Amino acid sequence: MGEVIVITSGKGGVGKTTTTANLGTGLALYGKKKVVMVDADIGLRNLDVVMGLENRIVYDLVDVANGMCRMKQALIKDKRFDNLYLMPAAQTKDKTAVTPEQMKKLCDDLKKDYDYILIDSPAGIERGFKNAIAGADKAIIVTTPEVSAVRDADRIVGLLEASGFEEPKLVINRLRPDMVKRGDMMDIDDMIDILAIELLGVVPEDEKIVVSTNRGEPAVADETSRAGKAYRNMVSRILGEDVPLMPMENFEPSFIDKLRMFFGLKVRTR
Amino acid sequence: MDFFKFFSREDVSSKDIAKERLRLILVHDRASVSPKFLEMIKSRLIDMISDYMEIDEDGLEVKLTRMDMEKDVAVPALVANIPIKKVKHLARI
Ligand SMILES: Nc1ncnc2c1ncn2[C@@H]1O[C@H](COP(=O)(O)OP(=O)(O)O)[C@@H](O)[C@H]1O
Ligand SMILES: [Mg+2]
Repeated sequence: MGEVIVITSGKGGVGKTTTTANLGTGLALYGKKKVVMVDADIGLRNLDVVMGLENRIVYDLVDVANGMCRMKQALIKDKRFDNLYLMPAAQTKDKTAVTPEQMKKLCDDLKKDYDYILIDSPAGIERGFKNAIAGADKAIIVTTPEVSAVRDADRIVGLLEASGFEEPKLVINRLRPDMVKRGDMMDIDDMIDILAIELLGVVPEDEKIVVSTNRGEPAVADETSRAGKAYRNMVSRILGEDVPLMPMENFEPSFIDKLRMFFGLKVRTR
Repeated sequence: MDFFKFFSREDVSSKDIAKERLRLILVHDRASVSPKFLEMIKSRLIDMISDYMEIDEDGLEVKLTRMDMEKDVAVPALVANIPIKKVKHLARI
């Protein structure tokens, strides 16, 4: 029986889709698990593009929920990674095109065949959010180190707890160690302290995320990406390993790394 | 809190300003998001105080505000107005 994990945030643009794509790919690639990523952002689908699978969509989640096609017809197999699948969202409909009951049924069906079902939630706390959490067993909340994002994350923690989620986990995305050092960005402890939830991982601000999104290749598979390393650590933690947080110095390329990059040499993340 | 004064202070890092603002925001958010929260506090207050005095339950008012501690420091504060009808005789407590 698989596990359904919803990735959510409240605020838009903080990195839910990026997190879903990287954790999903990482669990399949490094964890050797059978994984399906479900794009629950109906009307604003993105996960297909981040994964580079946009040209292969025939049917979508709304078609499945409404019985217009079989589950298998809507699932796209990622040919680059064994055991990785995507269930795309519909682009032309809106959030009311499926109900929380239909989402629950869909998750229950997927659980029979997959080890991990990752749900990429839309922003907000309305219907789209309710759909996204309907069939989930666990939740991951993504935030950036900004007042508004943390505030919204806190609201989501409350809503999740009210819906019976026991221990939602936090992902802090786009952390900039240089700014933290200067005292111009909240640090990890500040946010954990304020939100009072457990940390799953911290992802540094990384240009490689933009590059990987351009290419449609998740950064988790890129050995030279620091964000990728952060995602690989999170994958291990989801699989039950006790991996310490990456030291903040490693969030930024060292001088030697910059030299190596300049000469086109391979840089390995520590 | 006087934010303009707060911002003009060069020695306060923007991270600490962010943290302080967030703390205040969340106290209000958490209390106001759950309408049951203040009701719960109200009914516990009535229970507790009723042992010592008779109060006007309908006139009881509980709300969340902020209170200035010193120059640049404000803390969230719970303010309760409790109209007393009668104080019970101390011998009976
Ligand atoms: N760690 C990061 N470093 C740099 N850019 C990032 C990072 N995480 C996300 N982004 C960028 O931020 C934008 C929003 O991310 P996305 O995952 O689409 O957010 P959401 O799904 O929450 O709306 C995207 O352009 C993405 O490439
Ligand atoms: Mg998204």
